[in-house]
Amino acid sequence: MKQSKEWKSLAIVTSVFLACFYLPIGNGRFDNAFLEALQLVKWYAREHVILCLVPAFFIAGAISVFVSQASVMKYLGANAPKLLSYGVASVSGSILAVCSCTVLPLFAGIYRMGAGLGPATAFLYSGPAINVLAIILTARVLGLEMGAARAVGAILFSVIIGILMHLFFLKEERIKSKKQAQMPEAKAGRPLWQNILYFGIMVLILVFANWGKPSGEGGLWQFLYSGKWILTGLFSAALGILIMNWFKIRILYILLTASAVGVSAFLFTGNPLAPFSVGIFCLAILLRSKKGESREWLDSTWMFAKQILPLLFIGVMLSGLFLGRPGKEGLIPSVWVEKAVGGNSFRANFFASIVGALMYFATLTEIPILQGLLGSGMGKGPALALLLAGPAVSLPNMLVIRGIMGTKKTLVYIILVVCMATITGILYGALF
Amino acid sequence: MKKIKILGGGCPKCAKLAENTEAAAKELGIEYQLEKVTDINDIVKFGVMMTPALVVDGEVKTVGKVPSPEEIKQYLG
Repeated sequence: MKQSKEWKSLAIVTSVFLACFYLPIGNGRFDNAFLEALQLVKWYAREHVILCLVPAFFIAGAISVFVSQASVMKYLGANAPKLLSYGVASVSGSILAVCSCTVLPLFAGIYRMGAGLGPATAFLYSGPAINVLAIILTARVLGLEMGAARAVGAILFSVIIGILMHLFFLKEERIKSKKQAQMPEAKAGRPLWQNILYFGIMVLILVFANWGKPSGEGGLWQFLYSGKWILTGLFSAALGILIMNWFKIRILYILLTASAVGVSAFLFTGNPLAPFSVGIFCLAILLRSKKGESREWLDSTWMFAKQILPLLFIGVMLSGLFLGRPGKEGLIPSVWVEKAVGGNSFRANFFASIVGALMYFATLTEIPILQGLLGSGMGKGPALALLLAGPAVSLPNMLVIRGIMGTKKTLVYIILVVCMATITGILYGALF
Repeated sequence: MKKIKILGGGCPKCAKLAENTEAAAKELGIEYQLEKVTDINDIVKFGVMMTPALVVDGEVKTVGKVPSPEEIKQYLG
């Protein structure tokens, strides 16, 4: 018997035994927290996955396949007009960096070979911050107000941070590599109006399928709410026609899909999840049927789903375990949360920003965590501060950035992010 | 012997590119040396801004996408 191996096994057996011996089952708070975790996961699965996340994955997939990245990169190159490059850098994060690991090489490229430190930093910040999926889910789970505030805040921030970084380091002589950046090849894309129509329809489907019950009186909102599924159906039909025309899918298949959806709507009256799921399933099959763009779209969508769903699942479980559902408690007593980040004081916002900046959030996990915090008493201002500082910066990511632009610039960047997040949080908390 | 480099961090796309490239190289039956470049500064030296990227014998062949083994064969040929 090899000695060290046996000691290792003994150590493992002992730790597992101790864990089981001291299992907190039976302790009220722990049992409750455990149940809350499961309840939260179930809620997400029921409320958000089919109607919101899946269409959002399709949209993100479409963006990564159909939007010509090369044409966007033009504006971030060395010869791009300076002002324009800031604007483009701040919004293109949603187009260019749908995979979080793409952000860093792009940032390095823009910094060294492209438009320079300012636009590069703007992009570095905005990439993770205005990720299409994150904005959609934020709006859905935390409310339209927060979603909009996050999007607007992120875009404004990135421009401001970019410009400030540029100004702070203006005097520095930068040895820029004059090497021509290797651009991704420009695909012969669709005309712009077609892309807009196409994305527009998908977004409308997403919006109407998720249209919430309006709280107030009748009028336009009530009318739209009662007709939401009809509208969703209409736009889906429009999408069907588009797919048929552009991807050359056989009309027979489209009609079969329509009838399958219709039949399931009939069989499961009152439960819109069924026909919606059938529709999505058939869409996937339709896209797969033809090689080329449509299959690329499906593959891209599937890659997002594969990458993000497991992480989101873990995030939701942890959030439920520690913070419970809104209005309930998990392992962490609400009182603690209120004390730390309740209200809208400078301290609360600042604390939220710093924690957000240090913590690592896998894509989308910031949303269930924030939901839990808000439900446990976090103020809206600090919540926004966390949303703005969280996804963009984290301890591991700071280390990589440091390798690219050096310690001094990295520190300035982080300080800027924390300050702006705190200020924006205070403003938002005060105004809303 | 072909010197192949896969430029990219740790994400699934880069792993897939490596996989597809090995498959293509094996199908062609050529001799090759595959290297994964993960350091950002080294990646930028190639002039590449979007990962994953495929470099064959010092020339950048594709940037920012994961071609199928079939497509990769033409870059190795």
